[in-house]
Amino acid sequence: MSAAILVWSITIAQAMLVIAMACYTYRLARGPRAQDRVLCLDAMYVCAMLLVLTMGIRTGSSLYFEAALAIATIGFVSSIALAKFLMRGEVIE
Amino acid sequence: MSRVLPYPLLTASLIVMWMMLNAFSLGHFLLGAVVAILAGRAMAALQPSKPKLRRWQLIPFLIGIVLLDILRSNIAVASIILQGRRRERVAGFVAIPLDLRDRTGLAVLACIVTSTPGTAWIEYGADSGVLLIHVLDLVDEEAWVTLIKTRYEAMLMEIFE
Amino acid sequence: MMHAEMLPAWAALLTALLVLIGAGLTLFGAIGTLRFATFFERVHAPTLGTSWGTGAIVLGSIVCFSVLGSRLVVHEILIGVFITVTTPVTLMLLARAVLYRDRTEGNAGVPARLASRREQQGRTEAEDGDGDAR
Repeated sequence: MSAAILVWSITIAQAMLVIAMACYTYRLARGPRAQDRVLCLDAMYVCAMLLVLTMGIRTGSSLYFEAALAIATIGFVSSIALAKFLMRGEVIE
Repeated sequence: MSRVLPYPLLTASLIVMWMMLNAFSLGHFLLGAVVAILAGRAMAALQPSKPKLRRWQLIPFLIGIVLLDILRSNIAVASIILQGRRRERVAGFVAIPLDLRDRTGLAVLACIVTSTPGTAWIEYGADSGVLLIHVLDLVDEEAWVTLIKTRYEAMLMEIFE
Repeated sequence: MMHAEMLPAWAALLTALLVLIGAGLTLFGAIGTLRFATFFERVHAPTLGTSWGTGAIVLGSIVCFSVLGSRLVVHEILIGVFITVTTPVTLMLLARAVLYRDRTEGNAGVPARLASRREQQGRTEAEDGDGDAR
């Protein structure tokens, strides 16, 4: 019983997260300007991280947690670099 | 004490993080302590400005208020998104004159304002002390100024100044 | 799904509810980026996913693993803390970059610069202030 509840809710949640990523991808492709694309990339890595976390709940393995932490760290650094790049067009001032 | 542990708070939180990631045991405590003390000394080489906590008892209270406010504005913004264009909504910038000058306090205020859906920190003029935020659902400018000033700024000034 | 059978019904329900709330909030945020018309409005939308969207899923994960291991597993909180601290930094930097771009291009709908007097000094000091948040 509890397995059925968990499997169904996590499947629905993962579908919602994938739809959210699809929305961001659409906005990423449409633009209209570079800042919208950076914003979407930033939001997409959060979605990917949440997707990995739900995978962790589904399989009951704590290894996914480490992967999620790695995604969060790398995503943060890359969005900062992109935002900094937009400011002046140079990553390092 | 101050030579070995220049940043006691940083060292303590690094030890806690190490034990959360691995396990709560004596061995991991010792290993984490070595790493945290080395990291604290490395941080001292960077010479950041040291935050002074005057009334740390208020911090859990502040965290509680902020979590509840974020939950409330989550619901508000979600309903705005679901309503779509059926309701007239004005988004705009609000300028708030701040009395808070402490850098750590300003950093915390920036985190609070930006992580609350519906408000975003845009710019802060360090010489004029005026903060510019963007509000998604702007009904009353004065209400936002008093909200930021009385709800968060007063408490942050008590904690940090 | 062997581990799910060992989960009591209340824990499974709570986890399911929290995960659904988190994913739903993230989805609303994504729909918001599609609906809002200007960039400064769109900045608000992803914070739905990064505040309680992440928070609810992290809480669900904590409930699930704590009940399974019959001890408190709190390392997921690190992800929550990390996301709450880093997202404002990214968004603030992005907003400043957009403000700078819009002002240099002379676009409408952007407020004038706040610090006109001693502006160079004011800007460098504000950037130092951001450094503390990182």
